[in-house]
Amino acid sequence: MEKDKQNIYYKMIARKMVITIIMVSITPMVLVSLIIFDRFKKSYHGKVGAHLDELVQKHKQNIDTFLKERLGNIKFLAKTSSYEELKQEIFLQKNLLELQKAYNNVFVDLGTINAKGAQLAYAGPFQLKDAQYSDAEWFKNAAENKYYISDVFLGLRGLPHFIVTVKKNFNGQELILRATIDVMAFNSLVENLRIGKTGFAYIINKKGNFQTKASCDVNPEKKNYADLLKKIKEAKNGERLIEKKDEDSGEKLIYVLSLLKGGDWLMVYQQDYNDAFSSVKIVRKIAHMIFGIGTFCIVLMAVFLSWRIVKRIAGIDKEKEMLNQQVVETGKLASVGELAAGIAHEINNPVAIMVEESGWMEDLLEEEDLQKTKNLGEFRRSLKQIKTQGKRCKEITYKLLSFARKTDSRIDDVHVNEIIDEVVSLSEQRAKYAKVFFNTNLGKDLPLLSLSKSEMQQVLLNFFNNALDAMEKTGGNIDITSYFQNNNVIVGIKDNGPGIPKANLARIFDPFFTTKPVGKGTGLGLAICYGIIKKMGGDIKVQSSINVGTTFIINLPISEQKKGETDLVPDNLDAEA
Amino acid sequence: MKKIKLLLVDDEVPFVEAMTKRLKKREFNVDTAHSGLDALKSLKNDNKIEVVVLDVKMPGMDGIETLREIKKIYPLTEVVMLTGHATVESAIEGMRFGAFDYLMKPCDIDQLVTKVTQAAEKKQIHEDKIIEARIKEITARHA
Repeated sequence: MEKDKQNIYYKMIARKMVITIIMVSITPMVLVSLIIFDRFKKSYHGKVGAHLDELVQKHKQNIDTFLKERLGNIKFLAKTSSYEELKQEIFLQKNLLELQKAYNNVFVDLGTINAKGAQLAYAGPFQLKDAQYSDAEWFKNAAENKYYISDVFLGLRGLPHFIVTVKKNFNGQELILRATIDVMAFNSLVENLRIGKTGFAYIINKKGNFQTKASCDVNPEKKNYADLLKKIKEAKNGERLIEKKDEDSGEKLIYVLSLLKGGDWLMVYQQDYNDAFSSVKIVRKIAHMIFGIGTFCIVLMAVFLSWRIVKRIAGIDKEKEMLNQQVVETGKLASVGELAAGIAHEINNPVAIMVEESGWMEDLLEEEDLQKTKNLGEFRRSLKQIKTQGKRCKEITYKLLSFARKTDSRIDDVHVNEIIDEVVSLSEQRAKYAKVFFNTNLGKDLPLLSLSKSEMQQVLLNFFNNALDAMEKTGGNIDITSYFQNNNVIVGIKDNGPGIPKANLARIFDPFFTTKPVGKGTGLGLAICYGIIKKMGGDIKVQSSINVGTTFIINLPISEQKKGETDLVPDNLDAEA
Repeated sequence: MKKIKLLLVDDEVPFVEAMTKRLKKREFNVDTAHSGLDALKSLKNDNKIEVVVLDVKMPGMDGIETLREIKKIYPLTEVVMLTGHATVESAIEGMRFGAFDYLMKPCDIDQLVTKVTQAAEKKQIHEDKIIEARIKEITARHA
């Protein structure tokens, strides 16, 4: 349950970190990309627009010039010719030939028409002499204006063409000189304007009719034209570049528009948007790719980093928890020590009094009148028992006190092997009766340790006594090893006794925990050892298996530890008791 | 043989009472005090006291302090320390300041008797030696 909760907690941290990292990394990337792309697009648009505009303007000028020149030709002809000359077909033919020679067959035919619309003279490839134009649209315009250039129309000949007319007044007699311009020659002016795959130009008139042959796939509807015209009015001075969606194909198109022929005609340059701005498209593609890869990398990094950090945090938390537990353990031991010391001092005096009083009773028993008592033996036994138990109390308090305070804690530089040898020789006498044999395998060249010799003796003696107690009936071996490892001197005490049951293993260092029969053990031996070794900055580990034996491993650091820092009893307790 | 006169000093009254009875039964002349100051007073009033049995832990003037005072004023009076908790340090400290020996509470009465007797003997020997020296001095003067 607790673990689940913790897992959720760590997952939450990881998630938060991932989200934060991704947000912090991607947001600027997106912003920078968008801004740069937008800027690029705008400037590129501007550049392309300006380029196209210039092209269109140039062509427009060309066309306007072309029309003006053609009109000029006809004007000149009209001006230099007399009324009679214009009525003569031969004169017209001669002039047509000259014009065709000079202007590369741009002029198709020439004709002279009177005010009523009847053609008086004609020169050209068609049989149009005496044709009646009085109903023709262009004639009405020609009759009203001095000069006139018509839209492209089929006319009587059934071919697309347009005409240029000049009206001349010969003393009240009005004549109109008319010239037909070859549409093909005119077309070429516009058709030259081809850019990219889809860019081309065409000219339409106010009604939306083509004035030039356009690329086959264009179908300019009237609506389209009106729209365009409206747009050009809106964008009067600014950009003549218009973006619009084609309603048939759904593709985006750009238009560049320019009015010519005094606003009668509209030159339209049209191109697919994607074609015109293909570079933008490529850039966008690259940007998308970089963005994609970047995002992928960021996400990967975020997840990986968070995972690692959270793993680290979990490890630290675990360590902290363990440390906390250790602190609690040590604290518990310390408070037990204090309590024990207090109790020991307090109990000692009453016990002394009890023992003395019982002694006094014993003394009194010696008096004569009591000698005859029936239960004299019982009295004596009872008082002796009180004395014995009093002594036991004394022993317990003595041990409690030594548990709580250092006995002789002067710190010397000592060789651990010497202490082992000493204590082994002390214990050997007792071991002989229990048929236990000591085997020592002590490492050479061990560094000197800074610790209290008597405390170390106490610890070793305690372990040996425990081992001997455990193997009293069966006999066995005690193997003692010492060696140097990782700046620690390690002492191992291994017996092949009955072992410690698993349930007890965790409690053997607890004060007052004993498995010995009542009155035999105080349960303080190992607790004292533990306290001493901890005070030295060392550690005790135990491994045990039933019927195989028990191994205690004592870890002693060689670094000098601070004096008195880990004393279990504060000084004031000494003064009190 | 003449009764040994001893002074028993301990703040625990019942302990002192029981001890007094037992020691008296064993042919000791026992005086009691319940604090260091009391002990010094008793010594002042009665110069027959040969041995002082002194508890180490007492409120106010403790055993070690009392011991030093006694040894300063009455260097020949022997002192046996009683310690509630037998630590090597307090025992050694006591010895350093001139205590005859120390015993752990609760102590065996026979042990105490032996120690006190020994202490009294030691004092006797010291006093005898001093007297002897004096006699020698006086006789030497007369000669």
